[in-house]
Amino acid sequence: MEQFDVRGQRLAALCLLGLVLFSYPVLAVFNVQGTVAGIPVLYAYFFVAWGALIGLIALVIERPD
Amino acid sequence: MATARKVLIADDEPNIVTSLEFLMRSCGYEVRVARDGEEALRLAEGFQPDVLLLDVMMPLCDGFEVCRRIRGNAAMRAVRILMLTAHGRGPQVERGLALGADVCLSKPFSNQDLIARVRGLLPPSP
Amino acid sequence: MLVPWVIIFVSFAYLGLLFAIAYYADQRADAGRSVIASPYIYSLSLAVYATAWTFYGSVGRAAENGVGFLPIYIGPTLMIALWWIVMRKILRISKQNRITSLADFIASRYGKSALLGGVVTVIAVIGILPYISLQLKAVSASFTTVLQYPEIVVPASVGAAPLLGDTALWVALILAAFTILFGTRHLDAAEHHEGMVAAIAFESLVKLVAFLAVGVWVSWGLYSGFGDIFARVAANADLQPMLAPFGGVGGDYSSWIWLTILSMFAIMFLPRQFQVTVIENKDEGHLRKAIWLFPLYMLAINVFVLPIAFGGLLHFPGGADADSFVLTLPMSQKQELLALVVFIGGLSAATGMVIVETIALSTMVCNDLVMPVLLRMRALRLNERRDLTGLLLGIRRGAIVLILLLGYLYFKIAGEAYALVSIGLISFAAVAQFAPAALGGIFWKGGTRRGALAGLVSGFAVWFYTLLLPAFARSEWLPLGLLEHGPFGIELLRPLALFGVSGLDQITHAMVWSMLANAGAYVAVSLSRAPGVDEHRQATLFVDVFRRPAGSSGERLWRGTASAADLFNLLARFVGLRAAGEAFADYARLRGVERPEAQREADADLVHFVEKQLAGVIGAASAHIMLATVTKEEALTLDEVRAVLDEASQIVVYSHRLEQKSQELERATRELRAANERLTELDRMKDEFVSTVSHELRTPLTAIRSFTEILHDHPQLPAAERERFLGIVIKETERLTRLISQVLDVSRLESGRMEWHESLIDMREVIEDTAASTSQLFREREVRLERSLPARVPRVKADLDRIVQVVVNLLSNAVKFIEPGRGRVEIALEEEGGFLRVNVRDNGPGVPREHQDLIFEKFRQAGDRLTGKPQGSGLGLYISRRIVEHSGGRLWVESRPGEGACFSFTLPLVDEAALGKAALGKAA
Repeated sequence: MEQFDVRGQRLAALCLLGLVLFSYPVLAVFNVQGTVAGIPVLYAYFFVAWGALIGLIALVIERPD
Repeated sequence: MATARKVLIADDEPNIVTSLEFLMRSCGYEVRVARDGEEALRLAEGFQPDVLLLDVMMPLCDGFEVCRRIRGNAAMRAVRILMLTAHGRGPQVERGLALGADVCLSKPFSNQDLIARVRGLLPPSP
Repeated sequence: MLVPWVIIFVSFAYLGLLFAIAYYADQRADAGRSVIASPYIYSLSLAVYATAWTFYGSVGRAAENGVGFLPIYIGPTLMIALWWIVMRKILRISKQNRITSLADFIASRYGKSALLGGVVTVIAVIGILPYISLQLKAVSASFTTVLQYPEIVVPASVGAAPLLGDTALWVALILAAFTILFGTRHLDAAEHHEGMVAAIAFESLVKLVAFLAVGVWVSWGLYSGFGDIFARVAANADLQPMLAPFGGVGGDYSSWIWLTILSMFAIMFLPRQFQVTVIENKDEGHLRKAIWLFPLYMLAINVFVLPIAFGGLLHFPGGADADSFVLTLPMSQKQELLALVVFIGGLSAATGMVIVETIALSTMVCNDLVMPVLLRMRALRLNERRDLTGLLLGIRRGAIVLILLLGYLYFKIAGEAYALVSIGLISFAAVAQFAPAALGGIFWKGGTRRGALAGLVSGFAVWFYTLLLPAFARSEWLPLGLLEHGPFGIELLRPLALFGVSGLDQITHAMVWSMLANAGAYVAVSLSRAPGVDEHRQATLFVDVFRRPAGSSGERLWRGTASAADLFNLLARFVGLRAAGEAFADYARLRGVERPEAQREADADLVHFVEKQLAGVIGAASAHIMLATVTKEEALTLDEVRAVLDEASQIVVYSHRLEQKSQELERATRELRAANERLTELDRMKDEFVSTVSHELRTPLTAIRSFTEILHDHPQLPAAERERFLGIVIKETERLTRLISQVLDVSRLESGRMEWHESLIDMREVIEDTAASTSQLFREREVRLERSLPARVPRVKADLDRIVQVVVNLLSNAVKFIEPGRGRVEIALEEEGGFLRVNVRDNGPGVPREHQDLIFEKFRQAGDRLTGKPQGSGLGLYISRRIVEHSGGRLWVESRPGEGACFSFTLPLVDEAALGKAALGKAA
């Protein structure tokens, strides 16, 4: 199991994706008033993005070799 | 009358001894034969040859050892040693010369050559 | 329900339950049936990350600025995605090197440096004190709050409520006792605390359930769902900005990013996280599930933070303490059971943190701080003590109590200066200082001990100056002027705005400067001087861990000697007799060694094994020292121990390694020399052969030449002599020819280029033929040849010419030494077993025992020296034996001196029937 195998690379990419998703440019987009399904946009974005990220991580990790 | 020159032949090969003996005798020298190193030393001391024809390969005590012992013995200082080696140059020759042999002759030798060398080694006739 | 005695009773019952779980898990672990060997338990145990901070503080922070609580969980999520690369490496390294703690990890990487281990320990302890005080504060505050029921009174400050202060002390002492019970009942060689892991996995569930419970209740019990809460917030002018908090009350983006990064380091380097993620890990494979389960847990426990926070803000307008919303909201609605559950949840979160953190810290204090110093102190004569387990446990217990008391002290001094979250972030920033040295250490071989030291010290200094100092100043233990005008009035060095960089929030400011100093010093100093031999070896072990097969250790050489008994006693002093015995039994089983403890001189493997076991208990650096003293031959004195530990002794150890290296080199040279000698020997033998052959050839040549010349030069030679000489020439020519062909045979045999023409031969015929061909020789020597042959014999498969050669050789040998006239040679043929056997018996002088093997060698002849040199080359028997052996037989001699000799050889019989069938089969 070489450490930098495809899985590791994909996960590193996801980490980078997360950093981008939760950084200034993107967050600024959602930093507005308003709600979606009753939940403020920003907070909805946070949890949805976070959940999606976890889901992607799980997908990459649990795929059989 | 000049004293006959004395030649001692030390070799274990009977045929070679025969040929050497013939050659030396036909030169008029008095010849003795030793078949091994120990006998060679004994006869050298007793017979006091002028020239010793010394083969390298001999049982009991090889030619080098004989040469060394003779040269280490002041009483046999006058003996001239002609060593018969297997090679013309190289370690055998060097060793022989280092141990005190006067001449190293490689086998097979030419009879003329041998006779000439022996003659050269003998002290000049008085 | 919320009456004091109920609360206390339930609290202790809960703690008791935790202890029972831990005890049970430990028992199962001892029996070899671990309960925690599950990725789910592993993932839950990682959730010890969520402490009272999460439980109470997140809501507090959310109520303050809306989103400021999130980076602390998003950061770890992102970092954990990288764990597949980073954490797997750390796990592998730690397993291989039996790392027992974070300090051990860093110390081990940089050449097993005791100094570095000590520095890391000090930084960790000081850095975590705020965090511990936070837990104490949370527990005592929640306890006090709940006690006020049905009144909602939140203690405003520590000093104002002595009850609160005393509660914190009690909490600290109870937690200390609890932790001691939990983690220091015995020493485990690998620092595993299975009971603790089981207990905190359980409490992770408890706190999650509790938080979800209150979250659900607030959202759907108190209000009518998320939409309801947020709508009300949107309608509230004061609260509305919180819905888009960035740029306003939420702070700016940069601090968000820095918090995220900070948390990414925290999830790695908080001592408790390192403990559960790395040290307690049972299986690298568990990492897979943990990588997404743990973030999922964090997501779950944060889902309701905002609803609770906003719910609380809506419910308690006027700034009640938001940290306690999770408690005060149910209390305000008379939800006593829920409040109790929440209280237990908070207690659970806090105790989990305290237990794991203090156990991890006490291990570091014992192994990496106290023991190295004690080992140095001559007066203690530690190495002579028989059993050190008591001492080790005592040090750890003392450390636990001390750390908790210090946490309490911090709480008293600076606890009220900040809200919970801010206190926690100070600790985060402290452990973040380990990041350059640790992460650099596993990826960059160039990182040196000095670099790590420089980085750690600078980073810690900046941290102290920018975070801890202001906390003391704010609590008025230091003059506030320090903050406003800088030390001695130097404005550029203001702790909160170093070098004029203001406008960052305090944590970000501290992070920026400390990371700059830390990473900068680490890289610069590492590059300024090459790593030492020790460091380089350790660096390779760490960085290249995946390139080495699992389970291989670094060096196999060890200088010095120790008896296995010494090693056993050394190990037993630290882990006890029973554990040492088990360890040795494991070793015996693993290596297939019978009784390792009986080795007079322990081999390097055993020494290494013991060192690893020892490292698991007292850390790599101390184990190294202990081994180094034991394996010296002289009676060890602490002088030598100190010499090893001294800074200058680093050089001693360094040259120690150099000597090992040169010994390796010596050994390699010796082996090379031996090989060279063998080659030279072979070469010499070949030269000898060549020179012997050359000599042997010259002898007949000399005779031939000499006599030919004589015959040529002396035409008057008498006929008799002439004939004699010619005869000699002829004989010598024959001899020469024979010798040449024999030498050629030998050469062909040796190089494998011999041509064999095999056929089916009848030995009777062979013997008859050779008898005929040698009859001349027998007549000359007056030796009688008798034949004893059966009527018919089966045929054998061999090379006819060669076998003839063998028989001729044997017959002529037989004749050679016999006295003429009375000699008798008998040649017999018989079947024996699956072989045909030929015996050539003579009544000559026989062969002495010591020559019986010799005569079959090249150029060796038997013969009485005094009777003259025997004719022949000495190669005949050698060739004959090779021929016979090639055909599948044997050639040997039986003889007693004076009683003649019998040379025998065998040849395997051929099954002609089978051959015929096979031939038919082929033809068909």
